[in-house]
Amino acid sequence: MYRYDAYDQALVDQRVAQFRDQTQRYLAGQLPEEEYRALRLRNGLYLQRFAPMLRIAIPYGLLSSAQLRMLAHIARTYDKGYGHFTTRQNMQFNWPELARVPDILADLATVEMHAIQTSGNCIRNITSDPLAGVARDELVDPRPYCELTRQWASFHPEFNWLPRKFKIAFSAAQSDRAAIRVHDIGVQIVRNAAGELGYEVYVGGGLGRTPIIGVKTADFVPEADLLSYLEAVLRVYNLLGRRDNIYKARIKILVKETGPEKFIEMVEQEWARIRNGELKLAGDEIQRMRAHFTVPEYASLPEEDAGYRAHLEQDSAFASWTRRNLHAHRQSGYAVVFVSLKANGVAPGDVTDAQMDALAELADRYCFGELRATHDQNLVLADVAQGDLYPLWQALDALGLATPNIGLLTDLICCPGLDFCSLANAGSIGVAQDIFDRFENLDHQHDIGPIKLKMSGCMNGCGHHTVGHIGVLGVDKKGEEWYQVTLGGSAENDASLGDRTGPSFARDAIADAVQTIVEVYLELRQNEDETFLHAYRRVGMAPFKTRLYPVKAAA
Amino acid sequence: MSGSILMRVGLQPDPYLHLADDAAIPASNTDILVSLARWQTDSAALRARQGRVGVRLDNHVDVVPIAADLARADLICLVFPGFADGRAYSQARLLRDRFGYRGQLRATGAAVVRDQIVALHRCGFDAYDLRADQDPVACLAQLDALDLAYQPAQDALESVRRLRRRAAVQLQD
Repeated sequence: MYRYDAYDQALVDQRVAQFRDQTQRYLAGQLPEEEYRALRLRNGLYLQRFAPMLRIAIPYGLLSSAQLRMLAHIARTYDKGYGHFTTRQNMQFNWPELARVPDILADLATVEMHAIQTSGNCIRNITSDPLAGVARDELVDPRPYCELTRQWASFHPEFNWLPRKFKIAFSAAQSDRAAIRVHDIGVQIVRNAAGELGYEVYVGGGLGRTPIIGVKTADFVPEADLLSYLEAVLRVYNLLGRRDNIYKARIKILVKETGPEKFIEMVEQEWARIRNGELKLAGDEIQRMRAHFTVPEYASLPEEDAGYRAHLEQDSAFASWTRRNLHAHRQSGYAVVFVSLKANGVAPGDVTDAQMDALAELADRYCFGELRATHDQNLVLADVAQGDLYPLWQALDALGLATPNIGLLTDLICCPGLDFCSLANAGSIGVAQDIFDRFENLDHQHDIGPIKLKMSGCMNGCGHHTVGHIGVLGVDKKGEEWYQVTLGGSAENDASLGDRTGPSFARDAIADAVQTIVEVYLELRQNEDETFLHAYRRVGMAPFKTRLYPVKAAA
Repeated sequence: MSGSILMRVGLQPDPYLHLADDAAIPASNTDILVSLARWQTDSAALRARQGRVGVRLDNHVDVVPIAADLARADLICLVFPGFADGRAYSQARLLRDRFGYRGQLRATGAAVVRDQIVALHRCGFDAYDLRADQDPVACLAQLDALDLAYQPAQDALESVRRLRRRAAVQLQD
């Protein structure tokens, strides 16, 4: 993985000192509240419903075991003993004390971590495919490009005060696991007919109040021109993005109101001017960055391990876990392991300090000391030898981290909701719990098959509800918590936004509604291979609507 | 005269008279700062004078179509109406980088504070009309401390990318 050199370390250390100074000035009454707010947001610090919330960057989701141990230490020392993995591959702590946040940042800097630009109207943490470097359907490893972009975006002097937050995602695989079409900029790494690497670029996608799929602004940006193209898009946005209305300030609105053609023309004009300047990536620069993301020293292993085969036959719980929580690895004899953070009784994405320490230990023992966070709020151990899967599963199971539900209904994602967030209209963790209770039977879940349930406690959409196969959105109705439901969304290659089923459901009726939707699907699917999304796209809303709103259908 | 302006060398008296749009154009040798509207409507009269002329642009002005005209200004003053409104950063970069503007580039408004002065400097500003509550010594100290940045920008600082490239070449040699 990428390791800091003296420059990276110096920049992060400088930032810690700067934020310590800003916090001291604020606490001494020398820095106005509103300005400190803007500055602390750029260091990941929110003041929430009960306490500050600190969001720590995990660039493109990649973590070393030493970094995870540090997160465990922070959870234990400064928080209530747990942390929360977010839908943007970051980690949030919900109970730090304001005056101690500079100390937390200083601790983080010792393991090459920070909270820079994890909130505020600036370029946020770069996200990518959690299977980068190990997926079979990958063209090249996207992470060197993510890191080049991360450095370009960090402390960018021109783009720290944008109209609104700005999110960039990279994918280099056939199957989009980074949801690039719902980002402010989505970059798909491609190879052209001449065999050269470059980027297909999507701009103006996003969730939130105005969910929209990004517009393709370039079929092929040459590999060396990544940073100049991004800079051109950001410059156009910084100058012209709306600042009169926070709900119309994202770049998606600029693209829509300007019109894609005109927008693309402005970007290309600016890009043409700067693309051969200092931002051009020299060939050896990309090469040197690639050298940070080397392939681990894999053992030469047979395609199938005999001991593994034996355990599969003898232990049905293990076999069931391998069917759900493993993903094919490109290296013979290795597997990608998903660590489920969706156990019954736990808020999706939450982990305790003890679990983090134990996971760091497992990563050291079985996975070259590295882990990844996914945007589905799970973790991945990407390089596990087949022969190690059984002891790894036993250890994960003992930690409550082996629920065999990856991709199934209870592998749902949700935001912190009304329980923590000051923006939320409604709770989401409690609804997640209801759904967990209702569908806990794993055989039933396996029968239902792959389905993505996504929940947000308000229309800002941190839980990505608009791209859930089933989306649930909390709304406030005269002080009561109600839930709107959408069907048919997707954030993958076939990206689409979900359709509203109709009127919203009360808190005590939302789990029933989800169950009804699942029952209708099971009745009308053509066979077990027809997934929920495919079935919905075939039959449309009508049969679901009829069952969800029986009175209206009869009237 | 309207007070003091922070320059890289320290606080300097502002030689420019800030002229309201309805005020008469003063004697020929006085330096004046005018609005863009005045700059455009009184173009001939302003040019006939000996004193220097600066122009102030609101942050929603598109500098591209008027850049050639602005090149004649001795000073361009860009405005930050709010602490968190960063449009003038991009105006500054366009003026410096795209149009090669070499006169004084002055920042004024709510964002001209110690917590933003490094970014202002990096984007091409060289004169700072500090907000009233700001300590010029503390602001200058920020500029003095600047020694490292990832991005190429308008200042002379070598980007980290360039420093690394050079180190890599030296290793090869």
